[in-house]
Amino acid sequence: MNVQPLTFHVPEPHPCFGSAADVSGFQLSDAARVRRPEIDVEASEIRDLAYELIRVLDADGHAVGPWSEACTVDQLRSGLRAMLKTRAYDARMTVMQRQRKTSFYMQCTGEEAIACGFQSALQAGDMNFPTYRQQGLLIAQDWPLVDLMCQVLSNEKDRMKGRQLPVFYSAREAGFFSISGNLATQYVQAVGWAMASAMRGDSRVAAAWIGEGATAENDFHAALVFASVYRPPVVLNVVNNQWAISTAQSVAGGAQATFAARAHGYGIPALRVDGNDYLAVHAAACWAVERARRNLGSTLIEWVTYRAAPHSTSDDPSKYRPQNDQAVWPLGDPVERLKDHLTGIGEWSEARHVQLKAELDEEIAGAAKEAQGSGTLVEGSKCSPASMFDDVYKSMPPHLREQRQELGF
Amino acid sequence: MPSLTMIEAIRDAMDVMMARDDRVVTFGQDVGRFGGVFRCTDGLQGKYGSSRCFDTPISESGIVGIAVGMGAYGLRPVAEIQFADYMYPAYDQIVSEAARLRYRSAGEFSAPIVVRMPCGGGIFGAQTHSQSPEALFTHVAGLKTVIPSNPHDAKGLLIAAIEDDDPVVFLEPKRIYNGPFDGHHDRPVVPWSKHELSETPQGHYTVPIGEAVVRREGAEVSILAYGTMVHVAETARREVGIDAEIIDLRSLIPLDVDTIVQSVIRTGRCMIVHEATRTSGFGAELSALIQEKCFYHLEAPVVRVTGWDTPYPHAQEWDYFPGPDRVGRALIRLMES
Repeated sequence: MNVQPLTFHVPEPHPCFGSAADVSGFQLSDAARVRRPEIDVEASEIRDLAYELIRVLDADGHAVGPWSEACTVDQLRSGLRAMLKTRAYDARMTVMQRQRKTSFYMQCTGEEAIACGFQSALQAGDMNFPTYRQQGLLIAQDWPLVDLMCQVLSNEKDRMKGRQLPVFYSAREAGFFSISGNLATQYVQAVGWAMASAMRGDSRVAAAWIGEGATAENDFHAALVFASVYRPPVVLNVVNNQWAISTAQSVAGGAQATFAARAHGYGIPALRVDGNDYLAVHAAACWAVERARRNLGSTLIEWVTYRAAPHSTSDDPSKYRPQNDQAVWPLGDPVERLKDHLTGIGEWSEARHVQLKAELDEEIAGAAKEAQGSGTLVEGSKCSPASMFDDVYKSMPPHLREQRQELGF
Repeated sequence: MPSLTMIEAIRDAMDVMMARDDRVVTFGQDVGRFGGVFRCTDGLQGKYGSSRCFDTPISESGIVGIAVGMGAYGLRPVAEIQFADYMYPAYDQIVSEAARLRYRSAGEFSAPIVVRMPCGGGIFGAQTHSQSPEALFTHVAGLKTVIPSNPHDAKGLLIAAIEDDDPVVFLEPKRIYNGPFDGHHDRPVVPWSKHELSETPQGHYTVPIGEAVVRREGAEVSILAYGTMVHVAETARREVGIDAEIIDLRSLIPLDVDTIVQSVIRTGRCMIVHEATRTSGFGAELSALIQEKCFYHLEAPVVRVTGWDTPYPHAQEWDYFPGPDRVGRALIRLMES
């Protein structure tokens, strides 16, 4: 027998974004084409939706199709404001990092619609288990920017007391679980939180968040198994922004099947949604959250988007992807698309847009000034080194008291 | 007072706490309907229902991960890992999450969870049913690590662990589940009913976490031990006729440094005994502490009798396990030095 030598397959950087941006391979469903199933649909009846893309806004900015009726104009304007605010906040914090007022920052540019739109589907008491790129969940609730900034600056008003890397917020009151640097861990914790809600006969739901790269972590699979077995009220969000630092989504297994399709093996219904379409995000989020709240179990949603900004302030994307990538990204910019839609229906204008941006810039500048008044990483006040020994345990054991004394406190 | 085995005492602790506090839930592989492969949760599902005691998929990171999420919600989960040897897939959740949640959120969230895991050798369990991974927990800031040596302490410590607002790794030496094994594998197993520490109060009581206990007072040498090794040390001491003080640490973190230091200062000699491998084992921490705090009172170098720095073997069980013969010979050498 003539046996050919085996060959080893390593995925190309990206089916769309190699050395030059080429989106011809990207499959787009037309807006309005994808049906909106009944809320109590069986997972097996919507398997096709994991390979489609739920979209509401068409190329002309019109809201079309069965997912289009979910938002009021007020909700849309508030969504636009939240997205603009998130973007402006990111921009400002990036500048502050460049000015060396802090060590590190991570933007969510291009992904604002997902967190902001999703939050609009939740109620007080629900709990998000976010990654480090869902600051929009807080900003959409008008969580005080000064509070976020103080965390990024690690100053004396940082509620995390300077212990955490910038952007690793925690805001229990806002249903925002403490962020960890360890990827995917929160995904299964969200399932546990939702199980607890069900075990207690509560009506609160959880939202789990993960990036497409981190779906390769074990806890992604553990979360899906537990969600499948116990059917807790949790929405399993996968934000597919195409990149895990420099690693394209194909290396996470995205070229073989969509991330939404992962849910099929667990019998969990899945949607795949245009993550840059605020209307689609809101509608799909409402669908999945209602499903959870009505005790119909979990839903996995793959949000298809694009990480427009560098991975972090420590990253240089020009080393691994083309410069014009965001410009040719077929799903465009979520802010521009919602702006065009609202303008098209006579509920927004260029003048109002400019005015809103100016107001937000002013608000953010004021917040930044106030936050810096409480210190930055490098100057001004920060939490005492003595506080470093607090909260390791509920009460300080003798060995930590001894170490604190050794440091001089 | 009823005489219980370790298994019965551990089950009783969960029963007491599930009855007192409806936030206490128990789960793990085979924990629910079947009652646990060691019977530690036998009957709990029948008594409290399957939303309080249930079976889980075989996923240690899932088991501990959901426990962290439930703890954040406000429950008090008692998760079981079937063997300590299988905790490694959960290690990320234990170390990166449970241990640090309170610290990283400045107290906004915490993980009031207990992770129970049968540990230790002496049962021909070989590489993956015999390990003693306590040092992998004691090295982690934010965790409490507890290991009982008898039914009385097992129940009291487990109740204390469930009531504790910090994450507790609760190690259960499976070799002494049914009787106080002293390392004489060639003799019949002695049941717990013949041991005074099997007398276990009914209802609620606690053994405080962070307090060691002097099992036997002695003048010549202090032996620091925990779990099965407490019984091995007592037998070894008796057989070589040395007046050793035996301290059962019970809680490794927080550690009862005062009890240890007072004893070593008085005896001037110290032996540390544990089943776990030697290098970077918890004995190294104990030894360093004694060197720092008792240096001028020491009349001989601190001695460690431990498992060898090898994976836990099967056929060579009794050459690996630090039994009374090895401990006794080391005691004689220590007294001569």
